[in-house]
Order: sequence, then structure tokens, then C-alpha cells
Amino acid sequence: MRAPTLHLRGSYHLGAARLFGPFDVSLQGGQWTCLLGRSGVGKSTLLRLIAGLPCAGEFDGSITASDGTPVTDRISYMAQSDLLLPWLNVLENTVLGAHLRGMQPDLERAKSLLDRVGLAAHQSKRPDALSGGMRQRAALARTLMEDRPIALLDEPFSALDASTRAQMQELAAEVLSGKTVLLVTHDPAEAVRLGHQIVVFTPNAATFAQVPKASPVRDPFAPDTLTCQSTLLDCLRGSL
Amino acid sequence: MNTLRYALTASVLGLSIWQALVWITGAPHYILPSPWRVAQIGFANRALIAEHALVTASEVGLGLIIGAVLGAVTAILLANSERLHRFVMPLLVFTQAVPVFALAPVLTLWFGYGMASKIAMAVLIIYFPVTSAFYDGLMRVPANILDMAKTMGGTKSRIMWRIKIPYALPSLGTGLKLAAVYAPIGAVIGEWVGASKGLGYLMLLANGRAKIDLMFASLIALAILTILLHQLVAKLSDRMAKG
Repeated sequence: MRAPTLHLRGSYHLGAARLFGPFDVSLQGGQWTCLLGRSGVGKSTLLRLIAGLPCAGEFDGSITASDGTPVTDRISYMAQSDLLLPWLNVLENTVLGAHLRGMQPDLERAKSLLDRVGLAAHQSKRPDALSGGMRQRAALARTLMEDRPIALLDEPFSALDASTRAQMQELAAEVLSGKTVLLVTHDPAEAVRLGHQIVVFTPNAATFAQVPKASPVRDPFAPDTLTCQSTLLDCLRGSL
Repeated sequence: MNTLRYALTASVLGLSIWQALVWITGAPHYILPSPWRVAQIGFANRALIAEHALVTASEVGLGLIIGAVLGAVTAILLANSERLHRFVMPLLVFTQAVPVFALAPVLTLWFGYGMASKIAMAVLIIYFPVTSAFYDGLMRVPANILDMAKTMGGTKSRIMWRIKIPYALPSLGTGLKLAAVYAPIGAVIGEWVGASKGLGYLMLLANGRAKIDLMFASLIALAILTILLHQLVAKLSDRMAKG
């Protein structure tokens, strides 16, 4: 399944108040787009709109894919918390989607994905026996198991310590390569490191930021990465 | 081990207070028998007490199983349909406003003097706590887990079966533990209203013949039965919650 480009345009209202928009952005197929914005600006709401999940307000606009087929049944979703079910082991959590759809899970594929994220030796453990980083890796394996062309990531690394976060960013970039990824984040460093495109999201606009020439995953200490990072930080401060 | 030690200490303390009351008040044995006298009478009548305890245990056990199943099924139905919940919940709350004690004569009239009316009493008394506790658990599943399940294309029934019910099992366990304590109350009330067997009947019989020591022995047998049932249900609930 080829990863489509997503076109998002419209605005979002709660009652008479406009919360964000109007915006008009395209998420390039097979690339990472980082949606960067301050907390509470509506990034996660936009992600919920793309996923077709219920929201409190009203969206006036459209979310379409370049191949013309519906978006909502082709997405996988990864949240800030790992959302692992505590009564299932890692392998069972990985194949949860198949069970929820009433399908026979492909256990061999699940095991190979767990191997890919470095959890082969932990597949029969329950989530409470894993560290925070391992739990997020299990969540990543579950996301990959869905094998959807679009991945929506809602600040999935924000609760991790710095070194685990860096490892997880590299792993996610590797295993989600070729998918259309939307990463919601409030961290300019993360956006610069991972984004083929970076969209700065404010209540009034969604604007593309200039990204360094190097391809993701970028060296966090490279001069143009650091320059871009500070420019984005200024942008965020300016959106106060 | 600590739990057992605390339980033994509490029992010894309770018995000491009881014995102290007997000494202080100087009450005759047909008003307040001493713990030792109750133990002697209880041992002498162990076969009789066991026979009646078995009847009460059967009533309570069956009532607990039927009430738990009915309560759990009701909770799942209510959690599955907001409309049904809005319609049925006020009715359930209203039924709780009617004291179960007041219903006992009616149930005896309808179901007779046998075990059925006592089981019905036990069911009635535990149905609401089980329903309420399990329903609360089913509705407390974090929204982000349900969102994830929806993005995975999960159907409503499979989300209920695979996520909501396992998530709510500890809450069901809490309801069942309460039920294990309430169910004997229902059965004994039923036996008081009309029965020829059971610990409630034996207590009334002993009281009527001024055998207060036997009445106390029956009461203690009932308490032991309730504690054992609670322990059993607590163990089963914990195992169920751990999966």
C-alpha cells in the first residue's frame, strides 16, 4: 500500500469561538511531517480530526488523501502514553488490532516486529515488567503491526528521558520509513531532528518552516540543525 | 501471615470484651451467655448447626452466583447502550429505595417456604451493588484506549469483550466482595420470615426456646460462613483481575 499525501484544510470551532484555522497544509506521502506548536493550541485535536475520532467542537473543512480513498481506515495511532493493556503480555498487545477486528493475528509477523524493536526476549512479559522506553517500543511494534500507510503520532516520546527519547526517535524513523507520518510535538529539537517538513501550528495559521538540507534523522549538534531549532523556538515564542 | 495474626488478635480482643461484659453486667446465661458456654453448646450441637449452615450456605452460594451473573449482564447491557442506561438506572435506584426486609413476606408468598424465596432475597440484595460496581468499571476505561481501539477498526462488541470487560474486572471483584457480605443477610432475612431450615431458622427456634447460647452459636457459625465466603470471593476476584 503506497503512502498517500494528505491534504488538510479548514478551521475548527467550539460554539461561536474559532479555536484554530483557517489552515491549508499537505502532508507529503511517505514523509515525516512534524506539527509543532505550543501546548493547548489544538495539535492533538487536528490529529483526532484526521483519525476520525470524536471532538468537542466542529470542523469546517476537508481531510483528503491524494489517492482519493478514505483516510480514517488507513491510519495507525500512537499516543503519548503507551496504552498497553496491563492484562495482556507484549505479544498479545502487539496483535490487539487483529483481535479487535475479529481477524486471526499473524503471530510470526508480530514476533519479527518485536525483534525489530528489540523486544524479542520480552514478548511474554506484561507491561508492568517493562521500563518506560521498552513500553513505548512495544507500542511502536503495535503501531507497525497495523501496517497502515498513515501513522499519527501524538507526542509519543515526550514522557521519556533524553537518551531513551533519542533512541526511540531513531528507531521510529527507521521502522516508519516510507509511511506518511504526522508527528505532533511541542519540542523544536524533536521536530528538526525528525521532520522532512515542519509545520508551525498557531491558532491563526499553519505555516511551513524552513528545514535543514540534511535528511532526517538529523545530527542534533549540526550547526544548521541548531540554527533551525532556535528559529523555531523564536517562532513559538512569537506565537504567544 | 500478618493478616492471620491481626485476625487472631482481633478475635481474642472481641472475646475478651464479650467475657468482660458478662462479668461486669452479671447477666444470666439466658440473656448473655459467656463465650466459653457458647463454644461448649456450639460443639455439642455441631451436627445440627452444620446441617442448617449447609442449607444457608447453599442459598447464599446460589444467590451469589445468580445475582452476580444477572448484575454483570445488566452492567454490560447498560454500558452498551446510553439510552438503556438512562431508562433503566433510575428504575434500579428506585428499587433500592424499597427495603429488602419489606419484600421478604411477598417473596415468601410468591416463591414458597423452600430455598427459592431465600435465594431470591440474596439475589435482590446483591444485584444492585454488583451491577453498579461493574458498570462504573466499564465506564471508567480511559478514553485514549478506546480511541486507539477505534482507530484499529475494533467493533463495539469486540471492544467490550477485549478491552472494557477485562479493564472492569477489578471493579466487578469489588462488587462481588460486597455481595459476599450482603448475600447472607438476604438469605437469613428470608429464613426469619418463613423456613424450616437454615441458620436464620435455627436462631429463631433457639430464641423461642430461650436457648440463647445456641442462638449465639448459630450467629457465630453465620459470621464464620460469611467470612469464609468473603475470603473465597476475594481470592477468586483477585485471580480474575490478574487474568
